[in-house]
Amino acid sequence: MDIFIKIAGALQDWLMNGMGLSVTASELIATAVWALVAILFILVNLIILVWMERKLGAFFQMRRGPNRLGPAGFLQFPVDIVKVLGKEDIIPAAADKPIYKIASICAFVTTICAFAVIPFAKGMVLEDLNIGIFYFIAIGSTATLSLLMAGISSNNKYSFIGGMRTVAQMISYEIPMAFSLLGVVMMAGSLRLTDIVEAQQNMWFVIPQAIAFIIYFVATIAETNRGPFDLAEGEQELVAGYFTEYSGIRWAVFFIAEYGNLVAVASIATIMFLGGWNAPFGLTFLPPFLWFMIKVYCMIFMFMWVRWTFPRIRIDHLMHFGWKFLIPVSIANIMVTGIGIYVYRMITN
Amino acid sequence: MLKTQELTLNMGPQHPSTHGVFRCVLNLDGEYITKVVNHTGYLHRGLEKLAEARTYTQFIPYNGRLDYCSGMMNELAYVMTVEKLMGITEEIPERAQYLRVIMAELQRIASHTIYVASFSLDIAGFTGFMYAFRDRDRALDLIEAASGQRMMPNYMRIGGVAADVDENWFSQLQKLLDDMPASLDEYDGLITGNEIFQARVKNVGIVTREMALDFGFSGPNLRASGVDHDLRRDEPYGIYDRFKFDVPLGEQGDTFDRFVVRIKEMRQSVNIIKQAIKDIPEGPIMAKVPKVIKPPVGEAFHCIENSKGHLGFYIISDGSTKPYRTRIYSPCFVSLGFFPIVAKGQHLMDAVVTLASIDIVLGEVDR
Repeated sequence: MDIFIKIAGALQDWLMNGMGLSVTASELIATAVWALVAILFILVNLIILVWMERKLGAFFQMRRGPNRLGPAGFLQFPVDIVKVLGKEDIIPAAADKPIYKIASICAFVTTICAFAVIPFAKGMVLEDLNIGIFYFIAIGSTATLSLLMAGISSNNKYSFIGGMRTVAQMISYEIPMAFSLLGVVMMAGSLRLTDIVEAQQNMWFVIPQAIAFIIYFVATIAETNRGPFDLAEGEQELVAGYFTEYSGIRWAVFFIAEYGNLVAVASIATIMFLGGWNAPFGLTFLPPFLWFMIKVYCMIFMFMWVRWTFPRIRIDHLMHFGWKFLIPVSIANIMVTGIGIYVYRMITN
Repeated sequence: MLKTQELTLNMGPQHPSTHGVFRCVLNLDGEYITKVVNHTGYLHRGLEKLAEARTYTQFIPYNGRLDYCSGMMNELAYVMTVEKLMGITEEIPERAQYLRVIMAELQRIASHTIYVASFSLDIAGFTGFMYAFRDRDRALDLIEAASGQRMMPNYMRIGGVAADVDENWFSQLQKLLDDMPASLDEYDGLITGNEIFQARVKNVGIVTREMALDFGFSGPNLRASGVDHDLRRDEPYGIYDRFKFDVPLGEQGDTFDRFVVRIKEMRQSVNIIKQAIKDIPEGPIMAKVPKVIKPPVGEAFHCIENSKGHLGFYIISDGSTKPYRTRIYSPCFVSLGFFPIVAKGQHLMDAVVTLASIDIVLGEVDR
């Protein structure tokens, strides 16, 4: 399955030797191609995910779900996108127009940026940063900004409240999320994502870091604004939260960003806790890339399962849960991990 | 210069969780409510005035449009009032009486399942919504089989009911009754027992016993506050005195109690229908009433235990074929008065739950 790597290598080789470009120029072009591939990857995943979400939601609710277009309604979402493209792009008269327009694009851009450091298999990574996980968390934080921009620039009270909630929620849940990942980083001894995956060849970190995994799982649901923590949208109170006023393709871009985020956080969960592309129990007959995707989709299934089962939590309960429970527990987890590593080194030395 | 100020938020008439076209204007301090003003009337169709221009029989189908979740019971209340006015309450055939009880309780199940569904939806538990609607649809299918229409049945008649039902219908009903307890357990597992659900609804929107009486609450809302009052038992109308059933009560009158009381009431409704099926006699379904209904000069008020509370009709007759005045006592409209008082100081998310918990139907609020 390193066909992708070979293609990329051949492309770069061809640019340098065949076209006679300089090393910098060929690397720039190769990176641009990789970025395009990342976007395509998000879009392909999006089609599968939306279909999966609808089918799973239908399954949990004893419905049939989409079943008209394509096999088992698989083409419903592409057709929806075509419909959305044809919709009028409504911008409220009193909106802050420049901010209103770029907010949805910002949300999408941050999602794509997150994919830059995610290794799908050995060597299949756009930029293997030595501070990969740090970069991912930092980029995740900036997503808050685009939602706040959308909420405030719409000049709608529901959007405004939604935007405010987003900030409160995402900032407070970033902390337990980062702390839960810290335990893994301590065990792996590196912030580089490929190193972390390599460190899990014998044992996945989900076993020693089970508490961190659960904290990460809960915190990322809040980070991606999915049920039961979808307070920023809060349909029942806030109509649609920060994107109440958005229509047409601008709305769809928010939608795409949301699912892109879902893939990103599920990928990080796979890399940090589920052994990345390492095959479980030595079942190496499937290529590493496929193993990675299977794990990602298992995580996404969990996210969807939770979303379609639980009602929405109240915002003050959410805050209490984050600050008074998740953060202390995650700090305790870091401490225990630190002591464990110290003791382990004492014994082995 | 920076300053803080209250936000005035207009909620409705088009809003996902105002249960129709209810509108309220909220003053928000952050997300906490400082003031609520109710605005009703967006669905006003002048039903009371329409009644004055229709004959007594012609007004029966309009009742389905009153509280469109419990059409059978609205019709029952109306026809019983007219029967009282005509003085033929004792002449209704036995089979019709039993059919009325079966239909009314079936409708109560349908109405309460809608409550469970919409309440679950208002705290964003969309899956609970679907489970409750599955059972509601089965009840509505039965109503449709008997009357020809799902929600606006037009089944009750002055002096009886419109159509008889056959053995097949009863076996379908029996199947529903057999499945219903399991379905209710399913609601308890999926919705009532959920931790997040309990955190959301317990101790929210508390209406104490005194407050409930002051607000003029009736029906499940009143019983959730701990007042042991049920017209079906305390002032039995029709043949309700022949059935044995419990009246479930709440403890402290919060939204959780209002939810649980309704689920328990559905169990009792199943109970009542089972007893009715066992005892139902053969016979005519209509009393001998004149073709043209002309009640004697006078007035009558009759009140029944609707799924929402006490639904009353007050009809004044001037001896002609049309009523001189028809007044509808609507439980939803009366209950709605509590919202500005109880919602004050609440979080915006709690206010939605509080509003959902009293089960308003705007068709009845605005009439």
